[in-house]
Amino acid sequence: MYTQSFNVPDNAGGKTVPLAPSTEDPVLQAAFDARIDADGRIEPQDWMPEAYRKTLVRQISQHAHSEIVGMLPEGNWISRAPSLKRKAILIAKVQDEGGHGLYLYSAAETLGTSRDQMLDGLHSGRAKYSSIFNYPTLTWADVGVIGWLVDGAAIMNQVPLCRCSYGPYARAMVRVCKEESFHQRQGYEALLVMMTGTDEQKAMVQDAVNRWWWKCLAMFGPPDADSPNSALGMRWGIKRVSNDELRQKFVDATVPQAKVLGVTLPDPDLKWNEERQHYDYGQIDWAEFWETVNGNGPCNKERLATRVKAHNDGQWVRDAALAHAAKKQAREMRDAA
Amino acid sequence: MTTALKEWPLWEVFVRSKQGLEHKHCGSLHAADAAQALEMARDVYTRRQEGVSIWVVQSKDITASNPDEKGELFDPAADKIYRHPTFYEIPEEVGHM
Repeated sequence: MYTQSFNVPDNAGGKTVPLAPSTEDPVLQAAFDARIDADGRIEPQDWMPEAYRKTLVRQISQHAHSEIVGMLPEGNWISRAPSLKRKAILIAKVQDEGGHGLYLYSAAETLGTSRDQMLDGLHSGRAKYSSIFNYPTLTWADVGVIGWLVDGAAIMNQVPLCRCSYGPYARAMVRVCKEESFHQRQGYEALLVMMTGTDEQKAMVQDAVNRWWWKCLAMFGPPDADSPNSALGMRWGIKRVSNDELRQKFVDATVPQAKVLGVTLPDPDLKWNEERQHYDYGQIDWAEFWETVNGNGPCNKERLATRVKAHNDGQWVRDAALAHAAKKQAREMRDAA
Repeated sequence: MTTALKEWPLWEVFVRSKQGLEHKHCGSLHAADAAQALEMARDVYTRRQEGVSIWVVQSKDITASNPDEKGELFDPAADKIYRHPTFYEIPEEVGHM
């Protein structure tokens, strides 16, 4: 499961822009603010500022899209998994991702946006999803690294979302986080096994780590200084921990794991800072990140085309299920008459 | 078909986690009919043995109280503290009651 803590505008091309000031009813706004300040929860039927609703719909649907598109790079490896055991594990993981997408779509639907509207946003290319899935999975080691690092980064992001001010989103995240730890552990363990193998297999793991490391750091979103809406997200209790803080937590947690695994992380600037009691790390290539977010990554077109094809190919199933339900209902009514 | 549905209708899912406990709301999903909703609920909400029984009900069939009337609706209970056992003082020598 994979969120990107950034919440970028869905219309193509832009970096994040600050939201306009509120023009809401001051009495309702004050009651809402008071509830947020008291760390209370907002439920679907409660009054909420339009900007809060819009931000949530965008963030939750982007999150849901990421789960769904996230099935594609791993799904490619189901038929090529090296053993029946790994295949069963991978199928279970990909199925989880589909489930996570569903929990999140359901949460977004409580805000008054229909599933079809959201799917249309994804399929038309209007809506964003985590840019991490616009990179290719070249070898079996990539599947392990996605579990270890991509899911690891996602967990960092998602745990604080369990305390999100919007009830349905928080509840969906609790469910997701419960299932997420399996994803990370199976990936790390698959890599541990590869690291006991041939030199070629070890090199494969190192190569996959080299290719994914920086993309994972970028998953946490732009630096706090360049995230104009982060403060508002924090104010609203949608975001609980800043991008940079989460990224640091991820780096600190991952360095010792890499050591146990026996791989190096591809950053010459990565070193322990005694004074800060954290690891320092190098510069992230944000130009490349934005290029990918805005549609020009190596796999953007392929992923979207695959997703749209899967949806279109399933149309007859959805139609048939509805036709069957209608027929059955008609038969029951006739029998009752 | 009576209504031209484009989307599968929305269902609310309730799961009993183990025998002896109540069914608890755990989420929602879209499905064409009740039988399909049950099957999907199994796949989505009980992949790790989280349940021994599932209820599904179409979301449109649920009548919910209006949060704007929360004040008036629940007000009658607010000033009846004598409904709580702690309202009554009992001599200590009586012990647990």
